Amino acid sequence: MRKVMTGNYASAYGAKLARAEVIAAYPITPQTSIVEKLADFVSTGELKAKFIPVESEHSAMAACIAAQTAGARTYTATSSHGLTLMHEVLMWASGARLPIVMTNVSRAMAPPWSVWVDHMDSVAQRDTGWLEFFCQSNQEVLDTIIMAYKVCESKGVMLPAMIIEDAFILSHTSEPVDLPDQDMVDAFLPAYAPELKIEVGKARGFGSLVRPDQYMEFRYKAMLAMREAHDRFLRVEKEFKQVFGREHGGLLELYRCDDAEFVLIAAGSVAGTAKDVVDSLKAKGFPVGLARLRAFRPFPHEEIRALAGKVAGIAVLDRSYTFGAAGAMFTEVKASAYSGQKKPVIKDYIAGLGGRDITPKTIERIFEDIQIATKRGEETEVEWVDVAGLPRRWH
Amino acid sequence: MTKSFEEIPLTPISDTPSTVNLTGLWRAFRPIVDKAKCKKCTICWKFCPDVAIVLVDGVPEIDLNYCKGCGICSFECPSKCIVMVKEGTE
Repeated sequence: MRKVMTGNYASAYGAKLARAEVIAAYPITPQTSIVEKLADFVSTGELKAKFIPVESEHSAMAACIAAQTAGARTYTATSSHGLTLMHEVLMWASGARLPIVMTNVSRAMAPPWSVWVDHMDSVAQRDTGWLEFFCQSNQEVLDTIIMAYKVCESKGVMLPAMIIEDAFILSHTSEPVDLPDQDMVDAFLPAYAPELKIEVGKARGFGSLVRPDQYMEFRYKAMLAMREAHDRFLRVEKEFKQVFGREHGGLLELYRCDDAEFVLIAAGSVAGTAKDVVDSLKAKGFPVGLARLRAFRPFPHEEIRALAGKVAGIAVLDRSYTFGAAGAMFTEVKASAYSGQKKPVIKDYIAGLGGRDITPKTIERIFEDIQIATKRGEETEVEWVDVAGLPRRWH
Repeated sequence: MTKSFEEIPLTPISDTPSTVNLTGLWRAFRPIVDKAKCKKCTICWKFCPDVAIVLVDGVPEIDLNYCKGCGICSFECPSKCIVMVKEGTE
């Protein structure tokens, strides 16, 4: 059934179709309508789940951790300052190997106070051991939630996942979304049945102390699990396509990159705009393409390395900035590409912070700049785009 | 003995309660209760951070298997009936 809905409702329907059993959440703009919708589903009995309204995001994640340890499938949603308040317990969720699935509506960090899209919140969680998926459309939000449960709950993975929606651009914009039949989702995603859980009458301590002689082996196992998540996701998406008839391009979606010499790498909703720009530039004869970074964790190192071996220049668009270094996606792309044989020119473009529009014109200028930099040699590694006060080229 | 990553579970899970660790062995100072001076106010019992005080007819008994000798009971006691003495001196 096709319905017109916002990205937030797509998240709520995704959690409902996945039959989340415990939902613990604290409201924050622009996530609120996700949990409002889920609270509706629970109150009308459409979704048989326990809805726990908590006093903070830290508590929301703590409640999900406890419920998941007891063997329930859990879901929560948050945004920006809520996500960063969760930071400590995000580490606990992954270390305890609990496949919790959460939507993060990616929003700028304050100050300056802002409620608009920016990837700083999500990028800042990259070392927490969560899988992180950036989405381009509302359909992808819903589909990725269902796929994420299947990937994360598989025996070789057992890690949590974050599904990232761009604030307002996806969260509050309505698009047609295909809602799969519940029967089909049930067949695709069986009930959560963990090997280990808290059991009544069997006293055990979860997450107990480990001395230096044993700690690293646990971390090594988590590393293997994240590596497995990469391959598992590709298999799960293949299966998803067989059942539901659509896919979203693996961990790195290549859009018209086959004969491209200059490729833009970007994550999130801006990829939709970038695809239009690629189409119009290609029509004018420019050899450009787009590689959409769908998974930030696990990072698609091999896919990036293979792409870097085929192109002359790569422009990375970062919608956040790591102060004292560069955009996080740029540094990771460059690290992946540099271990390959061929080293293309790679530049970072910081754009769209705090919800500033990234227009087709901006993306055209980025493509123009990476072509110039490739021919002349790069003068600047990191460009801040559309900042008032900068030279005319970037403003 | 360090176990191979292949032999351990996903996350550390203990099937013995942490009370197997006799934390009283860490103690450098031991609380001594003068039961004659005790007013049975139970403040020491309320403040003990390790639940190492058991009340017997309202009077504290220290569980030396778990008392770490922090001295909070002695500090809080209004009638000054708990004194801390260095282990091995009395």
